[in-house]
Amino acid sequence: MTAVKTTKAEPLFTTADWNFEVLQRTYDAIEEVAVKDLELNVYANQVEIISSEQMLDAYSSIGMPLMYQHWSFGKHFVNDEVSYRKGLRGLAYEIVINSDPCISYNMEENTMAQQTLVMAHAAFGHNHFFKNNHLFRQWTDAEGILDYLNFAKGYIAKCEERHGVHEVERILDAAHALMNNGVFRYRRPQKLSLKAEQEKEKERRDYEERTVNYLWQTVYSGPEGQKSEAQKEAEERKHTLRLPEENILYFLEQYSPILQIWQREILRIVRNIAQYFYPQRQTKVMNEGCACFVHYHIVNTLQQRGLLSDGAMLEILHNHSNVLFQPSFDDPRYSGFNPYALGYAMMEDIKRICLDPTEEDRAWLPEIAGKKDWKGAIKDAWANYRDESFIQQYLSPKVIRDFRMFAISDYAKDSHVTVSSIHNERGYGEVREKLAQNYDVAVIDPDIQIVDVDLLGDRQLKLRHYKRNGVSLDQKERDKVLALLRTLWGYGVLLEEVDAPPPRH
Amino acid sequence: MANFIDRRLNPKDKSLGNRRRFLRRVRKHIKKAVDASVRERGISDVDQGERISVPAEGITEPVFRRARDAGHRDYVFNGNKEYRSGDRIAKPEQGGGGSGKEGSDSGEGEDDFVFALSREEFLDIFFEDLELPDLIKHSLKEVQTFKPRRAGYSVSGSPTNINVGRTMRNSLGRRLALRRPNQKEVRELQEQIFKLEAVSTPTSKQKKDLIRLHKELEETLRRQKVIAYIDPLDVRYNYFQQQPQPNANAVMFCLMDTSASMGEREKDLAKRFFVLLHLFLKRRYNKIDVVFIRHTHNAQEVDEEAFFYSRETGGTVVSTALKEMLEVIDARYPPSEWNIYAAQASDGENFAGDTDTCVELLNAEVMKRCQYFAYIEILDEAELKLFQGEENGMELWRGYRRVKEDWANFAMKRIASPSDIYPVFRQLFAKKMSGAA
Repeated sequence: MTAVKTTKAEPLFTTADWNFEVLQRTYDAIEEVAVKDLELNVYANQVEIISSEQMLDAYSSIGMPLMYQHWSFGKHFVNDEVSYRKGLRGLAYEIVINSDPCISYNMEENTMAQQTLVMAHAAFGHNHFFKNNHLFRQWTDAEGILDYLNFAKGYIAKCEERHGVHEVERILDAAHALMNNGVFRYRRPQKLSLKAEQEKEKERRDYEERTVNYLWQTVYSGPEGQKSEAQKEAEERKHTLRLPEENILYFLEQYSPILQIWQREILRIVRNIAQYFYPQRQTKVMNEGCACFVHYHIVNTLQQRGLLSDGAMLEILHNHSNVLFQPSFDDPRYSGFNPYALGYAMMEDIKRICLDPTEEDRAWLPEIAGKKDWKGAIKDAWANYRDESFIQQYLSPKVIRDFRMFAISDYAKDSHVTVSSIHNERGYGEVREKLAQNYDVAVIDPDIQIVDVDLLGDRQLKLRHYKRNGVSLDQKERDKVLALLRTLWGYGVLLEEVDAPPPRH
Repeated sequence: MANFIDRRLNPKDKSLGNRRRFLRRVRKHIKKAVDASVRERGISDVDQGERISVPAEGITEPVFRRARDAGHRDYVFNGNKEYRSGDRIAKPEQGGGGSGKEGSDSGEGEDDFVFALSREEFLDIFFEDLELPDLIKHSLKEVQTFKPRRAGYSVSGSPTNINVGRTMRNSLGRRLALRRPNQKEVRELQEQIFKLEAVSTPTSKQKKDLIRLHKELEETLRRQKVIAYIDPLDVRYNYFQQQPQPNANAVMFCLMDTSASMGEREKDLAKRFFVLLHLFLKRRYNKIDVVFIRHTHNAQEVDEEAFFYSRETGGTVVSTALKEMLEVIDARYPPSEWNIYAAQASDGENFAGDTDTCVELLNAEVMKRCQYFAYIEILDEAELKLFQGEENGMELWRGYRRVKEDWANFAMKRIASPSDIYPVFRQLFAKKMSGAA
C-alpha cells in the first residue's frame, strides 16, 4: 500500500461484538469510500441480519428468501445441515440477492470485523456488479424478482391444494430436470411484473372457467381428418416455424398436447427462475472477483483513514486470504479454480497493468496498459464481459505464471492425457483460450434442441444433441431425463446425438 | 443509506415443508433403516432418533450432462510443478479421472445419502403401519361422546344461551333507526312541563307551550311504548355445534406374575414389552393411565417400582389378577369413557384348576370391557424350541388358546429374548388383525 495522507481518526469499532448503531456507522463509512472513491453505482441496500438456522434455510432454497416447496430443497437442506453440524464446512458469511433494493443477509454470528468485510463485499461489490453487468441488466429484473417469487410460491401452494401435492411434485420433478434447458440464450425474456403475471394467470383461469361446458365433453369430436388439408398444413407450418427450439420448457409450455393450464404455468415459473439465474452461472469468476476487489479496496482505504483498528484489519485480512485460498491441482482439497482467487487476481492485475505495466503487458493488453484511469478500465470490464470473454480478454501472462497454469488435452479413450501447453511464452495463448472455454456455458452445457414434432401424426417429439468434441450425454441420466420429459409431453420422445458442425472462428 | 432489518426473530424452519416432502420421498428406504435399527438396539432406547442412510439412487435429480467417458476435452489446472508441454501423464485409476472440474459439477456421487431423523420422525415411521385394533369402534364416526363447540350465532335458542352483547347491539341499531325516544328526552319534557305548571300566573304563550308539551310528551311516550326496547327480532343466541369428541383417554393394565418363578430375565422382558405398548399408546391417546397389578396367589395394585423390582413369595393364581383388574375398572375406569388395554406377562405357570376360572372370567367379563388384551408367555430358549407348535404348551397357554378362538381382540405370543419382542409386537398390532376384528 502506498502511503496516502493520513488523517487519523477514531476507529469505527474496537470490539468484536456488533450492534445496529455500529453497523450503521460502519456502513456509512464504507459507502463513503465505495461511492466517492471507487465511484460505484449501486442499488439501495437492505441488510438483513439472520441466524445460522435461517441461513441454512436460505441455502436450501437456492439462496432465495422466498421459494416454493419441493422435496429437492429438503434434500439439500438435510445435506447442508449434516455437513454443517459435522463441521465439514462453515456457512457463508452472507447471501446477496440480485434485487432492487439489493438484499443481503448477514449472519448474526459474524464479528464486527466480518460484518464490515461482508458489507463491503456484498452490499457494494456484488451489488455494483448486479446493477452494471450487461448480462444482469439485459436478462434479469432486479425490481421484479421478489414479487415474482412471491407469486410463484403462492401459485404453487394453491396448485398443491387444488390438485394434490403429488401431482404438483410430478410436474416440478420433470421441470427441474429440464431447468437448464429452460433458458432463452439468444432472445431477451419478457420483463417480470407481478401485476402482469397475475393478470395473465387470472386470464388463463377465467378462460378455462368460461369455456367449460360439460355438454361438449360428451360429444364425439370426430377424427382430426375433418380439417381440410390446407388447414392442416398451415397448422403444421405454424408450429414448425418455431423450430428448432432450444428452450425445451418453453416449447412444452406452449405446445405440449397433454398439459393442463396450471401445469403450463408451473413450467413457466421454473423457466423464469432458471432464466433469472442464467447470468449468475456465467459470471461466477467476475462476480466474486469484483466483490473481493471492492472489499479489499474499501477495507484498506478505511484502515488508511484510521477507521479500522489493527486488530480488526488483521481479522479481515485473515478472512480475506481464507476465501482466496487456491489449492494446487494435486492437493486433495483441489476442486477446480476457486472463482474468488482467480477473479480477484485478475482484477488486481488489471489495476496493475493500468498503473504499472511491463513491456509484456503492453504487448498483450495494449488497450489498458499504462492507462492511468484504472477505475474506468476495471468498471468497463465489469460492465461488459462475462467469465468466458473476460478471461479471453484480460488473462495476462503474469496471472498465468502466478497460478502456474497448464492445459491438459484428454481423449477419453486414451490411457494418457497430454500436457498441451504450460505457462510459457508459447503456451499463454492456448492456456487462455482453453481456460476461457471452460467457463463458456455454450461449451459446458450440452447443446440440445427440439428439432421436429409431428403434432398431427404420432406426435413424437424429436430432440437433437449436437456433440461438441465427441462428448455425448451421460446415458443413465439422459434416459432418466427423457422419461421425465415424456411425462410432460405425453407422447414419444426421441433424442439423437450427432456431431456438432465444427465451430467457426 | 442502508436499511438494516433484524430478521433473527423471524420464524426459522422455513424449509420444514421441504423436509417433510423429502422424507415422504425416501419413505421406503427410511422404513427399512428404521426396522433394522429397531431390531438391533435395545427396546428401551427406541425413541431416540436415528441416523439414516439412503441410497442416492432414489433421490437423484437428473439433468442432461456430458458423459465422462467419451470424446475429447481440454482442462486447465493450476500449480504446475514439473510438466512441460508435450508430457504424457498416465490417467489415474477410475474415480479421480484427472478432471477436477467435471468432478465438482457432477454434484454428489453414488455414495449413500446420510442424514438424521428426529425422535418424532423416527417413531412415526416405527409405528407407521401399526394400527390399534378395534380402533374402528372408537373411530370418529361412531364415537358417542360429543362436545359442544361455539359456531357463530343463531336467532333461536334457549334463554341461557342469549348473547347479550349481540342482542343489545341489534337493539341499539334498531332503536336508532326507528328514532325511539330515549329516557332523557322524556325526562326533559317532563321537567319543562313541571316548570311551566309551577308558574302561578302563566302567560298565554306559556299556556300554549304547556299544551304543546303535553301533546309531545304523550306522543313520545306512545312511541316509546310502540317501539320496544328489546324486540324479539334483536335477540341472538350463541350457537353451539355438537362436535364429536374422540375418546382420547386410555388406561393400560399391566398384569404380571411376580412369584419366585419369574426371575430378572423374565421381568426384564416383560418390562420391555410394557414399555413398547405404552410408547405406542402414548402416540394415539392424549392421556394414558397405567395400572400395575402384580399377583402371586393373591393380587394387588402397586406402583411401578414395586411392580418391577420387589420380590414376593407365594404360589401363582392368575385369576386373582383378573379379578383385581375388574375391580379397578369398575371403580375408576368406566369403559364408556376409557379405552382399556391390558397386557399380561407370565411364565405360563398357574395353580392347578385356576385356568378354567381365568378363561371364564375373560370370556364373561374382561374381554367385553377391553379394547385389546395381549398375553405374552416368557420362556427359555430351550422351552421355546420345545413348544414349537401353537397347540402345545402349559395349562395357561392351552386355556388362553380357547379364549383367543372366541375373541379377535385377544392376542397371545411366546417370547424368549429381547429380539423377539419387536416382531411379537408387530404381529400383535399388525393392520390385518384390526381389520379382522
